[in-house]
Amino acid sequence: MGKHVLLVEDELNIIEAIRFLLSREGWQVDTHSDGATALATIKDMRPDLVVLDYMLPGKSGLDILTELRADPAFQALPVLMLTARGQSRDREMAERAGVSRFMTKPFSNTEVMTAVRDLVQLAQ
Amino acid sequence: MTEPSPPPVFLERRSYRRRRIMDALRLLPVAGVLLWLLPLFWPTAADGPDAPAPLAMSDAVVYVFFVWVVLILAGAALWWALRASADPTEGIVRDDR
Amino acid sequence: MASVNQLIAVSLGYVAFLFAIAFFAERAAARGRGGWLRSPLVYTLSLSIYCTAWTFYGAVGYAARSGMEFVTIYLGPSLVMIGWWWALRKLVRIGRVHRATSVADLISARYGKSNLLAIVVTVMAVIGVTPYIALQLQSVTLSLSIFSGPEGAGSLNQFRAAFWVAFGLAIFTVLFGTRNLNANERHDGVVIAIAVEAVVKLVALLAVGVFVVWGIAGGLGPMMDRIDTSPIGQWNMDRSRWVALTALSAAAFLALPRMFQVMVVENEDERHLQIASWAFPLYLMLMSLFVVPIAVIGLDLMPAGSNPDLFVLTVPLSEGRVGLATLSFLGGFSSATSMVIVATLALSTMMSNHVVMPVWLSARAEGAQVSGDVRDVVILARRASILMIIGLGYLYYRFSGGGAALAAIGLISFAGVAQFLPAMLGGIFWRGATRWGALAGLVVGFTVWVYCSLLPSFGPGAVLSVATFDNGLWGIGWLRPLALFGIEGIDPTVHAVAWSLTLNTAVFLIVSLVTFPEPLERLQGAQFVNVFDHSTQARGWDAALATSEDLMIMTQRILGAEEAQILFRAEARRQGVHGQLPEPTQAFLQHLERELAASVGAATAHAMISQLVGGASVSVQELMAVADESAQILEYSNRLEAKSDELTRTARQLREANQKLTALSVQKDAFLSQISHELRTPMTSIRSFSEILRDTEGLGEVEQTKYASIIHGEAIRLTRLLDDLLDLSVLENGQVSLNLDTGQLGDVLAQSILTAQAGSARHLEVVRHPGEDPVRLMTDLDRLNQVFINLITNAQKYCDAAEPRLEIDVRRTDTAVEVVFRDNGTPIAPEARALIFEKFARINDQDGSGAGLGLAICREIMTRLGGDITLDPTLKGNVFVVRLPQLAALAAQ
Repeated sequence: MGKHVLLVEDELNIIEAIRFLLSREGWQVDTHSDGATALATIKDMRPDLVVLDYMLPGKSGLDILTELRADPAFQALPVLMLTARGQSRDREMAERAGVSRFMTKPFSNTEVMTAVRDLVQLAQ
Repeated sequence: MTEPSPPPVFLERRSYRRRRIMDALRLLPVAGVLLWLLPLFWPTAADGPDAPAPLAMSDAVVYVFFVWVVLILAGAALWWALRASADPTEGIVRDDR
Repeated sequence: MASVNQLIAVSLGYVAFLFAIAFFAERAAARGRGGWLRSPLVYTLSLSIYCTAWTFYGAVGYAARSGMEFVTIYLGPSLVMIGWWWALRKLVRIGRVHRATSVADLISARYGKSNLLAIVVTVMAVIGVTPYIALQLQSVTLSLSIFSGPEGAGSLNQFRAAFWVAFGLAIFTVLFGTRNLNANERHDGVVIAIAVEAVVKLVALLAVGVFVVWGIAGGLGPMMDRIDTSPIGQWNMDRSRWVALTALSAAAFLALPRMFQVMVVENEDERHLQIASWAFPLYLMLMSLFVVPIAVIGLDLMPAGSNPDLFVLTVPLSEGRVGLATLSFLGGFSSATSMVIVATLALSTMMSNHVVMPVWLSARAEGAQVSGDVRDVVILARRASILMIIGLGYLYYRFSGGGAALAAIGLISFAGVAQFLPAMLGGIFWRGATRWGALAGLVVGFTVWVYCSLLPSFGPGAVLSVATFDNGLWGIGWLRPLALFGIEGIDPTVHAVAWSLTLNTAVFLIVSLVTFPEPLERLQGAQFVNVFDHSTQARGWDAALATSEDLMIMTQRILGAEEAQILFRAEARRQGVHGQLPEPTQAFLQHLERELAASVGAATAHAMISQLVGGASVSVQELMAVADESAQILEYSNRLEAKSDELTRTARQLREANQKLTALSVQKDAFLSQISHELRTPMTSIRSFSEILRDTEGLGEVEQTKYASIIHGEAIRLTRLLDDLLDLSVLENGQVSLNLDTGQLGDVLAQSILTAQAGSARHLEVVRHPGEDPVRLMTDLDRLNQVFINLITNAQKYCDAAEPRLEIDVRRTDTAVEVVFRDNGTPIAPEARALIFEKFARINDQDGSGAGLGLAICREIMTRLGGDITLDPTLKGNVFVVRLPQLAALAAQ
């Protein structure tokens, strides 16, 4: 498929896992682990999909998402958000901020891959 | 997101008024300086024969003292207003000790 | 005509009356019944020492010569008072918070408590103000001579009269100015006396004015006509003088030592300033209301050539109103005496605090250890200074011949003290102002003032030669004292004021910009400039805390950090207060004072503590103790005091508990999210990789091993978190068993440093002091190790300095062994200090690597080991102290 995904996550092992899963399906995977500069990187790279962690050093995933959606050019960009905090309030906030899909860690690999495929199809 | 309910209106208004009184307090000396600088533009005898006739001393005295009285009254009024707007909250602070 | 003798009798009666008022005021204050002495009215009236004899008599003379120009001297102060919000509010707050005793004290305190600066300011103030005191003596004797009549002029020896006036003033100032050294340099007797004098001079001038307008001129309308037909009937103003003199009087009003004394030092309540902000301009307005009419009538009635400075006296006398003239004389007398008293008081405080005492202390330090009561010395020094300053004033009067040279000294003196203004205002509004900047500005401004204003005032050929006036110093044209830089045609006063203040300010700014302040200077600068941020919490129950912290810092400076901390901790324990800092109760302050006195002498210690603590409650207590009227009253009040202390303490404990609970519940929510995150994150990797291992076919062996070890690592991380939680809960429930063992503290530390640094990517420089005593321990070494590792790891994680550095120091006290961990990062905010040892507390939320349990575990461990761990309040860096009981430390081999 040759699609491009940007993974914003600060846990090395989780990066490793998701990279393995996506690249196996032919995705080009780029990663970024600092919250403060993530927004600029997203705008810079213009990926087809963003996988965004909720708790990031520097700036939270929620803030990044809110700011991203404020830019008209990125309102349709599929964003899959992952969180380990497990509070229902977080999901509501993320949905209000315009998340495309919200998943709680730990996730099953098939779930993630299904979600990624759905999102890309929806976007096309 | 729902904001927490705003504090009672009269408090808002009180603190707003207090701020404006403080602004007025800051401006009062500026007004004083400007008004008392005005005599610089009055003609004097030293300006030479072409200048308009110098101001009569009685008028000068009246002007300077009039400005003075206005500043004093304004200062007193602002002090009174500041005290009136501050008293209730200060009472609470004092009870806190 | 009233005879001079009658007049002297009236004056003596008046003086006796003032003595009596001052005496009763002091007595009332000493009995704690002096509240009325400190009303806004008294405060406003005390400010009137701005109006000296120079303004009382001189204003009319001034008006007779130059019309309305006299009023500029009142306009400046009126503007400053009306604009109190800008500068005075801050000045008064700073003066009160920092217990400034004088202008010199304020400036020196702002610039890192530099005594050099204080001495310079003191010397400048003495040079600037002494001639002014001479002027007051002159005015009193001159007015006295009016009554002796032209034919009897020889009957009054002016110099002798001046001597007796000076003598009387010195007695009064010594009696009421130096009675109590300690009570914040406040002088109830003096203040009430000058307030009474303020009323007398206002009433006197108004009475003469009313007499002139309605008694002589015949009402307002005719008066106005007479004004316009008089020699000063036209507006004839030098514009540059109008502006310069207004600005100069405003500057002098802020910088005059005597004004600082009444405005800041004697201020009891900041709210009084708000009232004075309009009430004092009102006073000034009334003082100048009748000046022009009196001048006009004087010019009209009095023979040509008579001294217009004395119209206030001579006009009523010429109309046969001896009573009115006597009242007017008393007004002038009041103006002169109140100015001399307060100016002398202010100057003598500066002299004794900044010149005499430092010299005396350093002289004593060479000999025996300073002991005994130094307070007597301070009082003696102050009295000697008073006599010296009034003596100097008298000598100046004597040798200047009491002639015209003195008349000009008023403005010259103003220009001299105005030189303090850049350093003062710069110091309270600009944190970048430095000691060297202030010093350079003061010296340059003062030099220009001496050269362009003071020396020329003696006339050409007196001090400066005629050649210097014409051709400049050493023949350099642009150094002419009345035309600096070759700019001619400026009015001499405007010239001196403009150049001295401009150069002063410029040098002050430039030198401040290029020099670097010392740490203490920066600290003081921040406290001065941000005084409102700091002192808002200095109210209410926080005040106690802030003062205790100040006391602590001061005590550390004198006794050393360790002894100070032991002293404070013991007191806190005795009072039953949680934490490091005890309440500053009466008993504790006395105890502390005695401790300090052993090192630096009683007066210094006393002055230090009273400067820090201040506050009405303390001084009233002290005064009551001094009065010692009856043991019953004392005991009763003591009991009340104890009771109120107890209530305050209980309230504070409740408040502390409540705050903690609220903060904890917020933290608990955050912790649930946190713990969820901590548990789910490793779980995510484990689940994901185990699914990969299970579902992926044909995975290489290398990858299989790699993913398995990730799963393994994350499983360990999970275990560790659970261990921490369990560890803490076990420690908290007291179910822990200790493995007591003996070992060297040094070895434990070395091992901790090794372990902590092995696991970290961030660089941290750990410094140990090589010379420390070997300490053998009998305790649970593993647990101790755990605490040390935690502290070192924390420093690694959270120390935000560019070059993170951790110093580890071991010290022995009588009762304990202390291991001190001092890093160079940003100090933890005071409000967070109380919480960091609580569970779930995380000061830095950005980093997710800790669950906020480390310090809580450390505290529990240290409690189990019979010691404790604290975070000491410091000015920079964070200092954690791990304290082991003496029992755990075996005697060194």
